Amino acid sequence: MKITVNGKEQELDIAPDLPLLWVLRDHLQLTGTKYGCGKGLCGACTVHLDGAPVRSCQTPASAAAGGLVLTIEGLSSDASHPVQVAWQEHNVPQCGYCQSGQIMSAVALLERTPSPSDAEIDSAMAGNICRCGTYTRVRLAIRQAGAQAGESQA
Amino acid sequence: MSMIRKISRRRFLELTGLSASGMVLMGSLPGSALAGVLDMQQGAMLNLFVSVKADGLVEIIAHRSEMGTGIRTSLPQVVADEMEADWSRVKVIQGLANADYGSQNTDGSRSVRDFYHIMRQMGAAARVSLEQAAANRWAANIGDVAASNHQIIHRDGRRLDFGELAAEAARLPMPDMATLRLKSPADFRYIGKDIPIVDLQDMCTGNTTYGIDVRIPGMLFASIERTPVLQGKVRSFDRAAALKMPGVVDVIKIEGKPLPSGFNPLEGVAVLATDSYSAMQARAKLNINWERGVHATHNSGAYLDELAARVSAGPGKVARERGDTEAALGKARKIVEATYVTPYLAHAPMEPPVATAHIHDGICEIWACTQTPQATQKTVAATLGMEDKSVKVHVTLLGGGFGRKSKPDFSVEAALLARDTGRPVQVTWTREDDIRHDYFHSCSAQYYKGGLDDNDKLIAWLAREATPPISSTFKAGANMQDDGSLSMSFGSIPFAVANLRVESHEADAHVRIGWLRSVFNIPYVFGIGSFMDELAHAAGKDPRDFWLETIGPDRELDFADEGFEFSNYGRSLADFPYDTGRLKGVITQLTDTLPWGRTLPAGQGWGLCAARSFLSYVAVATRVEVKDGRLRVMEMHCMMDAGTVVNPDRVHAQMEGAMIFGLSLALMGEIDFKEGEAVQSNFHDYPVARLNQVPHVVKTHIVSSDALASGVGEPGVPPVAPSIANAIFAATGQRIREFPFNKYFSI
Ligand code: FES
Ligand code: FES
Repeated sequence: MKITVNGKEQELDIAPDLPLLWVLRDHLQLTGTKYGCGKGLCGACTVHLDGAPVRSCQTPASAAAGGLVLTIEGLSSDASHPVQVAWQEHNVPQCGYCQSGQIMSAVALLERTPSPSDAEIDSAMAGNICRCGTYTRVRLAIRQAGAQAGESQA
Repeated sequence: MSMIRKISRRRFLELTGLSASGMVLMGSLPGSALAGVLDMQQGAMLNLFVSVKADGLVEIIAHRSEMGTGIRTSLPQVVADEMEADWSRVKVIQGLANADYGSQNTDGSRSVRDFYHIMRQMGAAARVSLEQAAANRWAANIGDVAASNHQIIHRDGRRLDFGELAAEAARLPMPDMATLRLKSPADFRYIGKDIPIVDLQDMCTGNTTYGIDVRIPGMLFASIERTPVLQGKVRSFDRAAALKMPGVVDVIKIEGKPLPSGFNPLEGVAVLATDSYSAMQARAKLNINWERGVHATHNSGAYLDELAARVSAGPGKVARERGDTEAALGKARKIVEATYVTPYLAHAPMEPPVATAHIHDGICEIWACTQTPQATQKTVAATLGMEDKSVKVHVTLLGGGFGRKSKPDFSVEAALLARDTGRPVQVTWTREDDIRHDYFHSCSAQYYKGGLDDNDKLIAWLAREATPPISSTFKAGANMQDDGSLSMSFGSIPFAVANLRVESHEADAHVRIGWLRSVFNIPYVFGIGSFMDELAHAAGKDPRDFWLETIGPDRELDFADEGFEFSNYGRSLADFPYDTGRLKGVITQLTDTLPWGRTLPAGQGWGLCAARSFLSYVAVATRVEVKDGRLRVMEMHCMMDAGTVVNPDRVHAQMEGAMIFGLSLALMGEIDFKEGEAVQSNFHDYPVARLNQVPHVVKTHIVSSDALASGVGEPGVPPVAPSIANAIFAATGQRIREFPFNKYFSI
């Protein structure tokens, strides 16, 4: 099966029902995408499949076959994506574990909705648990990244 | 001072995992940890915590575990400041388990309070070594040279970079610690400043190594089916069926041990496979037949009812007594009584427990997201029958800890499986494993009775509790809180009440009990803080005024003559007095930032609570709205007095996190046991707060203070739940006396 991950086509000999999360982590050594619940409940495993955010623990490899997968490692190599920049300016991470998922969800939100309302932020990010409680700063960083995107388009 | 004695180069390489065998393995680790460790080889060691490379790069050891507090930054920040290093030329290196560092046990909110001074000494010692090396080079008097921003500068203007002096400085004897001059706080460059954490960028790119990210060539991935009931035993299981599953390489039984649980693995059957998912899936085929044992009768609902009945029915063992409480209650004009119960809780760090073990060349290497590398080392060594020094424990980043990762049982599992298979093994707990087999935060029942006099002043305080103790995890049959545990607020109430009595009842443990962020302060401050509010309303007084009046005059508390051995979080009352003025200070300073006392729209209310824990003083005020049976927390405000603060931004972050951690446990936290088994298993039935459930206003304030640094990671948590319950009462007149509040309201 062929899956393109972060722009690189990968030829994989795996069971079609193996969740994408474990394909990334155990077969491609892309460990930036995290396991948190394995049940689609926490968002730690969020990646983009053909531009849309998906929970990779609930996405069988077969569903990604032939598709384009973007993980945190592919967002930028130097943390220069506007969402990563906003994340750093607000010192969002505490333990950091949930943050790849938070960032991938935020990027997807801002790609669809460049200046999201509070309610849009709440609903787009409700699937990403942060046990450390960085939510206040997640909101601030999304607003900043959104505002910057708005400015650069204007 | 053994901490800073000179150690040989070879020994240093061992301490940081760079000795020959370690290096090869580290080479297979992804992420930034690796780069730092390999770079270290060229540095010249100035002391146990500091080395300097020829190009001037200063390497500072982080000996405590990073689980989100920012400690990998804050303590090195202190060292760098004292040595006058340029922070942009500093690299932080994670130290292995080693007693030479002092305690590495990262819990109890004590990293800064226990190591602030020592880190200053390490930095100052490194600075003096560099100054002496420069003085020697210039044949100058040491008094004529001084370190400044990575250089040693002579009065006459000559200057040398740290890197140019490193090798010479490393050959000098250690400076005399007794006469070491520390910087004046006025000259601090980094202490007290918002330095971004060293892992910040990597956390935003996924270039990090948590326990679950460790990859060792040839390693197997293990997943373990553990006994659903404490002390259960495996009768039989279907090895062949599990072995037939794709990717499965081996199936190994792990033998449980008799009580006490300690840090021993639970009885279970491990499936080892070539990837994590295959191992997890194949567990379903094990079909284990369990001998469930005596704790299979444990039903937590009925048990909590029993404890609640016990504490309200009659006297227990007296832990602290002042005056004549019975007589005062007899004379009181108003009596207020209430019973509070709190359930078991699970830690649920985002990264579950994960450990990797590799036994080779007579040593066992462990890579783990552990809060206690030294306990990991000792427990693994004892289990394998090895010497401590033959067990090398590499500390990865921790995806949260909250006390769960203080218990090294998961590293012991990995070590046993590595021994039995002869291969490197990674044990990953699933979320279900994590929630069902935790070292649970204990359930608790508390009864309070208070008496008010004719002026509605508090004249009597009677408090009784029953809580299965943490000590039961280390001593089979222990079933009563000791003064150390009661020192977490229950026994150490700071009120100026003439008559008080504090009592404990027995409570048998039926599950593994552990410590969770702020520990017994969670139930006890919920009881005390709620009951204070009940008394205030009975007295017809504003709760804030009642708190201030009842805490009474500014004074330093001493509990000794009331029969109570106050542990004060392991520190002396001389260094860290219990100062009622500081407790009142956080209340008044917090409420001064709020429209406290002003009328709110119907259905809204403010609630307040304050507590001292981990030597810090915290007040929390919450505003809620209750409408059509729905509870909404609208704003949360927190004031913390933690003495000297190293990195204010990280302290704010801990407070913000504590507000949300407290909100989670108050609104939705509960683990139930039915027939000895934990009922909950994942975030659908053990929910924690999500972004859409937390208020838009979470405001945190730090009291500016030059008192000794005290705890930060935990003390924000305890006042949160009672502040919410008190706000609900203010909004509705309904008093909630148990967690979680979602039993009463939709959230
Ligand atoms: S691991 Fe996929 S949603 Fe939690
Ligand atoms: S930063 Fe720790 S779980 Fe989000």
